[in-house]
Amino acid sequence: MVANPKMNERENILGRIREALSLPAPIPGAHHGEPSHPVSECDAAAHIPEWLPRVGVTFEEQIALFRTNATELKADFLLLDSQEELVAKLREIAAAEGWKKVATHSHELTDDACAALGLPMVRTDNGYEARDMESCDVGISACDALIAQTGSVLVTSQSAGGRALSVLPPHHVVLARREQLIADLPSAFALLKTKYASGYPSLISFITGPSRTGDIERILVLGAHGPKKLTILCV
Amino acid sequence: MTPAASQFKKNATALTADLRHRALIRTALKKYEVVRDDKVSRFQNWQSARQSAAEIKWDAVNHLDTHLVEFARNLEARGTQVHWASNAAQAREIIIGIIQERKAHSIIKSKVMTGEEIHLNDALEKAGFEVVESDLGEYIVQLRHEAPYHFVFPAMHLTRGEISDLFSKELGTAPTDSPEELTMIARRVLRDKYITADIGISGANFGIAETGMISITENEGNARLTCALPKVHIALMGIEKILPKLEDLALFLPMLATAGAGQVMTGYNTMYGGPRQPGEADGPEAFHVVLLDNNRTQLLADAEQRDALHCIRCGGCLNVCPIYKNIGGHAYGATYQGPIGAVITPHLRGLQQWKHLSFASSLCGACTQTCPVKIDLHHHLLQSRRNAIAQKPVWWEKPLFQALAFLFNHAGLFSLGMKLGRIGQVFHPLIKNTGIDPVRAWTRSRELPKVAPQTFREWWQTRK
Repeated sequence: MVANPKMNERENILGRIREALSLPAPIPGAHHGEPSHPVSECDAAAHIPEWLPRVGVTFEEQIALFRTNATELKADFLLLDSQEELVAKLREIAAAEGWKKVATHSHELTDDACAALGLPMVRTDNGYEARDMESCDVGISACDALIAQTGSVLVTSQSAGGRALSVLPPHHVVLARREQLIADLPSAFALLKTKYASGYPSLISFITGPSRTGDIERILVLGAHGPKKLTILCV
Repeated sequence: MTPAASQFKKNATALTADLRHRALIRTALKKYEVVRDDKVSRFQNWQSARQSAAEIKWDAVNHLDTHLVEFARNLEARGTQVHWASNAAQAREIIIGIIQERKAHSIIKSKVMTGEEIHLNDALEKAGFEVVESDLGEYIVQLRHEAPYHFVFPAMHLTRGEISDLFSKELGTAPTDSPEELTMIARRVLRDKYITADIGISGANFGIAETGMISITENEGNARLTCALPKVHIALMGIEKILPKLEDLALFLPMLATAGAGQVMTGYNTMYGGPRQPGEADGPEAFHVVLLDNNRTQLLADAEQRDALHCIRCGGCLNVCPIYKNIGGHAYGATYQGPIGAVITPHLRGLQQWKHLSFASSLCGACTQTCPVKIDLHHHLLQSRRNAIAQKPVWWEKPLFQALAFLFNHAGLFSLGMKLGRIGQVFHPLIKNTGIDPVRAWTRSRELPKVAPQTFREWWQTRK
């Protein structure tokens, strides 16, 4: 036994890896004689956008694709013309679902809209009680981007009021601006790299539709643990 | 035969005869193939995507030492504690140590296959902690005290009726035949656990070296909650899960979803880069990443089969495997089932004890064809057969082939043999598949090939 095995495990593992790698491995995808182009010093990443599902170039095409994807995922997507319309829509949903308590965070999009609801609010900005948020009917948050290719909403712990706001309440309402619509996943990662160059938030999440499961007989059920409903309001 | 091999044979024999069980798996997997093909067709070029994914993982695995060092350094720079475990015992000890230091009691877990690999739940329960699985399928199999049936769809073998009975028995709920109501029962029970748990334990689908993040792919949101509410987050991750760059996820997230579940993206794909950072609303005070070797470096040392470490655990190879479709997940007796399990288990747990899995294959190659990272699965099964025999030859094979060589080298003996065979096959049906049948091992489930009425040499002579 080594004197302090724990301290040495890092070196033991790295040592075993280096020893193992002294033998070179065959190039990937070469199935016994089947020709394959050589590993191109991994510029594989440069071509990713060409392999992924196709996205149109104009705003109209992209918003249409986002809408199609969101509908397929059973999320509600509404494109609205003004902040007033957004507030009105939010009030309409609040009335229809009978919201009594709202969880949210400070943001130029959420502040006015949530205030207009005139309901008790749990704000996450300066910390909150988990039970308090759990009793809310809805979590209303901003986001970093909407991704046309997949119908996903990109949120981070900085942009969307922390980690739990977008998953703990039974309904998640995302407020977004048209400029936040982006084409595809590679542009989402490019955006993250520029926006958070000085330090990434501790959580980055691609939310694609409401919480779902197929664990019982592969039958789709919404709201397994997270929100049963996802509504995206875009102005 | 080793205990694992005889258990496998017993299970496989019983299960192939269970038609209800086979029908259940087929129905579940048929739906998978339809939705997967639909999502594959949305890619502009799925085959090129596979090649790119294989190349990125090749780079990751073949420079694993530098990527791991970078990964750990970046995580530590933002307040995450990184632990290194050479084997299962060390990993369990590290995790239990963290929990004891916190004087914690209750643990909520999201899906961790490496946790199954090191029997973490048993160890945690023995240490006196309360552990609750939060993934619906995992929660169901935990209540049944069973291992997952499939590493992506853990409760695929159960009907809603069986799950309803289970919930009635264990949770005292009213019986129901609605999957939605059953899901809502689990939701209600588990909600409270997220809020009261002291520790959240998760796995990791990818580890991003460049930025020091783990990435978790899920649909239910249970991992999101597990990593949001408890004060401590522990992630257990195999060392091979590395990806070099953050943008690699732009390819791997949709490919994992497509190959694994027939979705373009799963519900939640989340990257965690540390504990709660200054200015953030919530999140754990402490974040621990436990890196697990557990014989992965042995597989790494086998250059020929090294690409098995490219696996992203989508489960696609299980879903198309004719063996899996007939015997199901529990028959394997291994943490990782199906073709990928048959390839890696001998490396992780011993070639001689687990070589039987490489023989339980029709070598049809459906697994290789479907693998999103192009692992040469069915050739690896052949290589494992070769390696197992080279390491421990079968004693009677050599004398048998010597005898056959002698026979083939003596024309008179050979033609006598053919004549005897022709006579013998007339009487063979009388003893076929009985105790005195010399070829019973073959005839039990197959027909013996017929000896031709006339050999080529006999025909050649009559022709003159």
